Amino acid sequence: MRINRIQNQIRETEEESSKLVEDLSLIDLLIKKYKNKHGNLIPLLQGVQSIYGYIPRDAFFKLNKEVGLELSAMYGVATFYSQFRLNPVGKHIIKVCHGTACHVQDASKITDALMDSLKINDGETTEDNMFTLESVACLGCCSLAPVMMIGEETYGKLTNKSSVKVIKNIKIQESKATNKE
Amino acid sequence: MKKQIIVGMGSCGIAAGASKVYDKINDIIIADGLDVELKKTSCIGMCYKEPLVEIIDTNGRFLYGDITEDRVIDLIDKHIENHEPIKDLIVDSDMFEGSEKAYFDGQVKIALRNCGYIDPECIEEAEEHKAYKALKMIANKPILCETIIQTIIDSGIRGRGGGGFPTGMKWRFARNNRCKMKYIICNADEGDPGAFMDRSLLEGDPHAIIEGMIIGAYAIGASEGVIYCRAEYPLAIKRLNIAIAQANERGYLGNNILGIKGFNLDIYVKEGAGAFVCGEETALIASVEGLRGMPRKRPPFPAESGLWKKPTNINNVETFANIPYIILNGADSYNKYGTEKSKGTKVFALTGKIKHGGLVEVPMGVTIREVIFGLGGGIQDDKKFKAVQLGGPSGGCIPEHLLDIPIDYDSVNSTGAIMGSGGMVVMDESTCMVDMARFFLAFTQDESCGKCTFCRIGTKRMLEILTRITEGKGKEGDIEQLEELSEQIKDGSLCGLGQTAPNPVLTTLKYFRHEYEAHIHDHKCPAKNCKALLTYEIIPDMCTGCTICAIKCPTDTITGSKKEIHFIEQEGCIQCGECYSRCNFDAIRIY
Repeated sequence: MRINRIQNQIRETEEESSKLVEDLSLIDLLIKKYKNKHGNLIPLLQGVQSIYGYIPRDAFFKLNKEVGLELSAMYGVATFYSQFRLNPVGKHIIKVCHGTACHVQDASKITDALMDSLKINDGETTEDNMFTLESVACLGCCSLAPVMMIGEETYGKLTNKSSVKVIKNIKIQESKATNKE
Repeated sequence: MKKQIIVGMGSCGIAAGASKVYDKINDIIIADGLDVELKKTSCIGMCYKEPLVEIIDTNGRFLYGDITEDRVIDLIDKHIENHEPIKDLIVDSDMFEGSEKAYFDGQVKIALRNCGYIDPECIEEAEEHKAYKALKMIANKPILCETIIQTIIDSGIRGRGGGGFPTGMKWRFARNNRCKMKYIICNADEGDPGAFMDRSLLEGDPHAIIEGMIIGAYAIGASEGVIYCRAEYPLAIKRLNIAIAQANERGYLGNNILGIKGFNLDIYVKEGAGAFVCGEETALIASVEGLRGMPRKRPPFPAESGLWKKPTNINNVETFANIPYIILNGADSYNKYGTEKSKGTKVFALTGKIKHGGLVEVPMGVTIREVIFGLGGGIQDDKKFKAVQLGGPSGGCIPEHLLDIPIDYDSVNSTGAIMGSGGMVVMDESTCMVDMARFFLAFTQDESCGKCTFCRIGTKRMLEILTRITEGKGKEGDIEQLEELSEQIKDGSLCGLGQTAPNPVLTTLKYFRHEYEAHIHDHKCPAKNCKALLTYEIIPDMCTGCTICAIKCPTDTITGSKKEIHFIEQEGCIQCGECYSRCNFDAIRIY
């Protein structure tokens, strides 16, 4: 079950994330929108995650105080669904598809190549907080397998080389952007 | 008539580069001041020829495949400006036979009737293609709810999500409940890895699904609708929301719909948060209510007590997409296709090691062979067919000698696989069946909600055994233990996920037992897929002594000096495959 995976992650990064302080006023609008609606727990958590990229620990307490949701219920839901993250993520999230079609077309090789190139393991974030590497179940572009998704962009018919090249291109763009600043 | 250029912009098309093609065509039209209308459509199902561009002019329609960015200028120059179609790139056309005529001719498009033909974000175009016509017919006559349900029963349509329960009966149960507040839910939580029928439908023809839901709501008396869609499908969610807003504007949704007094319906999209088990009805309902998506015991069925404890009817995307067609054309127009017990058509997603991967809709009763070797064009690189996986993680692998069974619910079940939602993953001789079983078990083990002990722990133990086997550490008795656990998990689980989780293992054990035995007894992987079981050897006659393998070997187990034949010391080899992929002279053999 996923909970093991998530709990392991928490133990590893607990120290780091406790240092991180997020501006919680960003979720006030969200709370206003969903307060007093039934079935609001998942949309609230989804909303929080879309703001910060993950669900900060303090956000749980804020939701508990202002919306009245039980901490245990929120934590239960956040660890149940694969969408939710309890740790900060990189700027670019690389989702490598490991659906059946991609598996048959050797998706694990793509993950291996990316792990090699980024020097991180599956599920981890690079030191510069630029990339997070994830494996996902299915992106629904099976006929283009193997596939990965970065942001809203999907890349199909990957090879080890082409997948690493995509990452390199993003790195180049990023460094150009920082140079301009 | 103004010429039209239509670009296929489904998720898969966009991944293949369709949006760049669209932008480029747009640039050229503006720069050259061409009198052409540029439009978008969604996936026509021919994923292997993406990006697809269709041109409609006075001579008819021409569908071009493989139109990459660099071919755009050529295409516009020849076809639009000089009226000379590029025959080599045409896949289908009114004027002459395209290369892919067979791919279209073998299909009967009912659910997919508008996918790839209309702009999914434009309700006027959908209406030109008969969208909401069935609903208007109901409102004008007016047709009784009971008559609609009877038509659906007569059509013989069964739930397309995988369960195969007769849709009309389901509606009748919900109808018979006297409760005033009822819900209708569309299950668009397509979690099967290797299946994308629902995504294409949602992206390509959202109005068909909404109309199907409205008709269903009218028939059972529901006043609120929910479309539960995976968050992994951002484009589908976007298009659904556009379509719902348009339907509201036109009075297809809202209060007193099309003048039917007292018929009110609102539909909203609920984004799933990523849990395969939420495809199960009761888990889906829990998820909509904001809880962990864990299934509960049935009865009570959702038709009695579903969302917020009110009667609820849940159907799959493809089921809803068929409804308007059946109502508009009558039950006979649908049940003339198919077999005695499985009527109509079914959409399949053809993927894996197949030449023509994509979406096909075929009448029930055609054989699997016809789909794979007829429409699908056979196996990639003309390798040997090994198995086809039907039904995703709940299904099974069907070997070659069963390829001639007809596709219908009962025949597929008799093989040990299930029809499922329509994923068809084709495997060739290089796919290891033990690894395949391990892959699916890893999936179900991860997705198990944890409620039932047998599913939670049983799948974990099975996964451990399978992993061990693929790592070459299989033991005597492993196969028997897998079989025993399979039976226990089937018996001891509450929902479909657990009850069917052992299917991939059981079917591969049934048809490919020799592969398991080869792994355990001979420490060999017949498909040469499981790394730990491979032996790498240098073929002396082919080796030129270029030293590249020795340089790249991470454990320095390859010996030999320049221009001399090299040798792999088996003891230190970690089977990483680096030498094999680096060798430029095919001098490395795997066995």
